[in-house]
Amino acid sequence: MTMARFRYLLDYTLLSLARRWGRQLSLLIVYALLVLLLASVMLLGQALRWEAGLVLSAAPDLVVQRLMAGRQDLVPNAYLSQLTGLRGVTQVRGRLWGYYYDSAVGANYTVMTDSSLSSGDGAIGTGVARVRQLGVGDWLGLQSSPGHVFPLRITRLLEPNSELVSADLLVMGEEDFRRFFTFPRDSYTDLVLTIANPREVATIAEKVRRLLPDTRPISKTELLRSYDSLFTWREGIGWIILVSVVLAFLTLAWERASGLSAEEQREIGILKAIGWETGDVLGMKLAEGLVISLTAFLFGYLAAWLTIFHGDGGLFMPLLKGWAVLYPHFHPLPHVDGGEVATLLVVTVFPYTIATLVPVWRVAIADPDTVMRG
Amino acid sequence: MIRLWDVHKTFHAGQVNELWAIRGVELHLPPRQFTILRGPSGSGKTTLLTLIGGLIRPSRGRIVVADRQVSSLPERFLTQMRRTTFGFVFQQFNLIRGLSVLDNVMLPAYPLAPPHRELMDRAHRLLARFSLTARANARVEWLSGGEAQRTALCRALINDPPVIIADEPTANLDQALSRELMILLRELKAEGRTVVVSSHDPLVWESSVVDRWVTLRDGRIVEQS
Repeated sequence: MTMARFRYLLDYTLLSLARRWGRQLSLLIVYALLVLLLASVMLLGQALRWEAGLVLSAAPDLVVQRLMAGRQDLVPNAYLSQLTGLRGVTQVRGRLWGYYYDSAVGANYTVMTDSSLSSGDGAIGTGVARVRQLGVGDWLGLQSSPGHVFPLRITRLLEPNSELVSADLLVMGEEDFRRFFTFPRDSYTDLVLTIANPREVATIAEKVRRLLPDTRPISKTELLRSYDSLFTWREGIGWIILVSVVLAFLTLAWERASGLSAEEQREIGILKAIGWETGDVLGMKLAEGLVISLTAFLFGYLAAWLTIFHGDGGLFMPLLKGWAVLYPHFHPLPHVDGGEVATLLVVTVFPYTIATLVPVWRVAIADPDTVMRG
Repeated sequence: MIRLWDVHKTFHAGQVNELWAIRGVELHLPPRQFTILRGPSGSGKTTLLTLIGGLIRPSRGRIVVADRQVSSLPERFLTQMRRTTFGFVFQQFNLIRGLSVLDNVMLPAYPLAPPHRELMDRAHRLLARFSLTARANARVEWLSGGEAQRTALCRALINDPPVIIADEPTANLDQALSRELMILLRELKAEGRTVVVSSHDPLVWESSVVDRWVTLRDGRIVEQS
């Protein structure tokens, strides 16, 4: 087909669409909404995995937890010195962290320590600041484990790259942490190991298990894997719902396409009678289907992009970030996976176009006179 | 120009509603002649026209137009013939609703993809010739019967075909418009085109432009002159 012939077909296609604009517009809106839903799940899932990857890239090479009766228990200080001697381990550090339920607002905070904070000072994530309506310089009144009032002066708001993880954080000095929770002085929550050669992580984890049989070493790779599967699982729920929507839509598209109206059949008969080839008719209908589906795809994808990256995350946010107790304002960094966009394009555009073409082809190969007479 | 040998056409063959529309038609229509197919309703006039024009294929027999056997041409070549050899004017005009007069007229030329300017000039010349210039951008559903008929004629002529086939062209026109149409058809014949018209309108039969009359009954030719 020459370029000029293609241009004429495209001209006719656009004229044809404009003639039935009401019907095409309603189809376009339904179609674009479907793409919006699908693209939202995809973009959000992508963004969450990307975000988790960013956060965990700064995670320690190996975390060592102590287990007691199958549950996590405090790690004695003595373990720290035992692990320091392991070949390949460049640094061993004890961590203190825990959870605090703030009954005043009904939210759970993740409490961590920062040695740079002076006694009585604290730093909070943006989620905590939001629910407690606090800013730098304000006082945050908490209740310590023994039931005493425990005031902290906010000296810093945490604004890291990922609010998804930091929103519910409450950070205080180590001494304050031990006093607040009545945490034993000779223990840590867990230990973190820095390992010189990343290839040796598995070997060192094995050595840790042999040296301290009541511990559980967790590597960064394992953490990444569990985060990834968590997001994939949540995204999967969304996909199951949306596959149902897609199937419903395809059924509608097929219904519509399999029964060409008498007017459309007559039109195809006329075109054939005045010298249009079957290929011309199919080309015109293909162009019509592509114009509708690609326009719907562009609008739907753009709407999803704006909702996810510049809006509040859309309808699917609660589903995908469900583990967070204190819902953060999630503003993921725009990130697009070409493969996933291509998949979405194929899933949404291809079936519709084919479903439209099959009945047109059936009519277009018949005698024009028979088609015109219906 | 047009020859038919023992042409038969059966619809719904082998079914209870089997219909023999054309039975053993033998016909020779020389070039540049004006031929009228006449006969009562259901006699097979329209079926014979659509067979000649390659809109349907015969169940049996041979049809040759301009030295090409249209009855056995592959679909692709048959379409080419419909585009370049024949210009059709249908009884119900068969214009595409929602499009303008100009767009309808240009449609048969799209697959040939002539330069756009050239196609527009050709279409506008035809519209001027058939007094439709003022209606060029009007949607075809807004046209009067006469205007729609002339638009259909313009469309039939856009690719300058040597054969014009018109099925009951005056059926939806009053007498004055019918006379006007016959004048236009006379001009087409004068240009050297072969014109084949089906009609049971005496005004058409009695026109001096007609060279031949072919009378059909029950799918058979019962008389020709």
